[in-house]
Amino acid sequence: MAMLELRELIVDIPGRTDGAPLSWSAAAGEVWGILGPNGVGKTSLLHTLAGLREPRRGEVRVGGTPLPQLSRRQLARRLGLVFQEPQDGFPATVLETALVGRHPWLAPWQMESAADLARAREALYRVDMAHLEQRLVTTLSGGERQRVRLATVLTQDPGVWLLDEPTNHLDLHHQVAVMKLIRALAGEGRTLVMSLHDLNLAARWCDRVLLLFPDGQACWGPVREMLVPAALENLYGQSLRATELDGHPVFVPG
Amino acid sequence: MAASDLLRPLSLLLLAALAAVLVSVATGSADLSLEQVLAVLSGGGSELQRTLVLELRLPRTLGAFATGGLLAVAGALMQVLLRNPLADPYVLGLSGGAAFAALLAMLSGLAGWLVSGSAFAGALLSTLLVFGLAHGSGSWTPARLLLTGVVMASGWGALITLVLAVAPARQLPGMLYWLMGDLSQSASPGPALALLVGVCVLLMPLGRTLNVLARGPLQAAVLGVSVRPLEWLVYLVASLMTATAVTIAGTVGFVGLVVPHLLRLLLGNDQRLILPACALAGGTLLVLADTLARGVVAPEQLPVGVVTAMIGVPTFLYLLYRNR
Repeated sequence: MAMLELRELIVDIPGRTDGAPLSWSAAAGEVWGILGPNGVGKTSLLHTLAGLREPRRGEVRVGGTPLPQLSRRQLARRLGLVFQEPQDGFPATVLETALVGRHPWLAPWQMESAADLARAREALYRVDMAHLEQRLVTTLSGGERQRVRLATVLTQDPGVWLLDEPTNHLDLHHQVAVMKLIRALAGEGRTLVMSLHDLNLAARWCDRVLLLFPDGQACWGPVREMLVPAALENLYGQSLRATELDGHPVFVPG
Repeated sequence: MAASDLLRPLSLLLLAALAAVLVSVATGSADLSLEQVLAVLSGGGSELQRTLVLELRLPRTLGAFATGGLLAVAGALMQVLLRNPLADPYVLGLSGGAAFAALLAMLSGLAGWLVSGSAFAGALLSTLLVFGLAHGSGSWTPARLLLTGVVMASGWGALITLVLAVAPARQLPGMLYWLMGDLSQSASPGPALALLVGVCVLLMPLGRTLNVLARGPLQAAVLGVSVRPLEWLVYLVASLMTATAVTIAGTVGFVGLVVPHLLRLLLGNDQRLILPACALAGGTLLVLADTLARGVVAPEQLPVGVVTAMIGVPTFLYLLYRNR
């Protein structure tokens, strides 16, 4: 069954009236990449899929249920979103930040249990942040904060993951580590949809990609078919050269 | 956070609150010993002592406690709502609306509960104005709400100055005392105390949800919080608490801003702990401040708002300095 399904969905982007309807579905175990130039609406699409914005038209289904029929809390148990921008209001420690991921699973009166704490610590361990659990998030570097945001959703443990440029701010080693984590999550049966700017990461780690063009058109399909120089040059307005390394396409600006 | 993490700080604060209330009741122009106060409270004591404690001092002390608690909890809620450490019902112009309405009532020769009633109406009117204007046709943002409130507060400030300028000289001391906070009119603290306890009970199951809201509305929404209804609830509850506090004691600034911060520096920022702690510590602070206001230059009384500022400002600056 499709974990995430878009039916004739048009994302509502302020000041724009164009936009092709999106109709695709992502199955359990699939990793999707969303590619497109700045301002094309990648973040707006992810926020629409998470129910944070109303679509202009069409519907989104999570686990077969249309979004409007799910309460916020039910949705939060099925779908998580890793934000691109930090959302921190008040100072909080790394461990506290990971632990809020348990919120949708706890009853109002319930305090976080030792098991919840263990889940948060395990999540921090998986993103290599366990040694900093008592640090204030505001004192961390951009890449470290990005990993804490991933840990929050790991603690939340939804079946569908939306990730807004998850490799932002990350050094090369941690970019690869996060991509391996994403593949591992897919291997456990989750569905992951992420926006990306790095073509080589998309080519290496995604199963399918969605290309969002500046003129509002979109196309989607398997990585092999979609990631070809002609389409990508059209996508970014930038000439590209492609080669192949260990069976994966590699792109360099031409 | 486990339940045991709540128990220790809250019981300490509760003990401090009880001690402050006893000291406050025992202090005054006719000195009573703590034993005599305890005797009266447990049903004994002479006729004079009973009148003094039960009809004069205790209502005023409990009024001070309720006011301080209400202001501190309202401040903490506003700060979570706006994700801004500077937010406080007074900054948002609520007290300005209340003060203008109260002064206008005094100017037209009204007294007693009519002044309090006007203050309450003024605070609620200001709330609706600020929220309505900040809401507008576009999206509602904390920055917009804060700016609207600040501008409204300046507007009320100008109107207050106007009333003071045209008021007859004999009315000025009463008005100034009201503006700086005056607990001598607090006769029946019952409803305010009930509201304080009621809000704390209502907020207990929402504590963790408020923690999530403090991380920003989008983050809260993806973690399962229905953000907009919660924001409305928090704003209305905080406004009601402020309006009630202003009705009892006039405008006592500073408590709503400083008590939540002080507690966050000491106890962290878990609303399940901070909100009840604010109720206790805010109440304690105002009871102590009122005791000082009555005692320092007896038989004269100082405005309690001056005393809260004198205690709070240095303490707050010291804690900020130490925590750098």
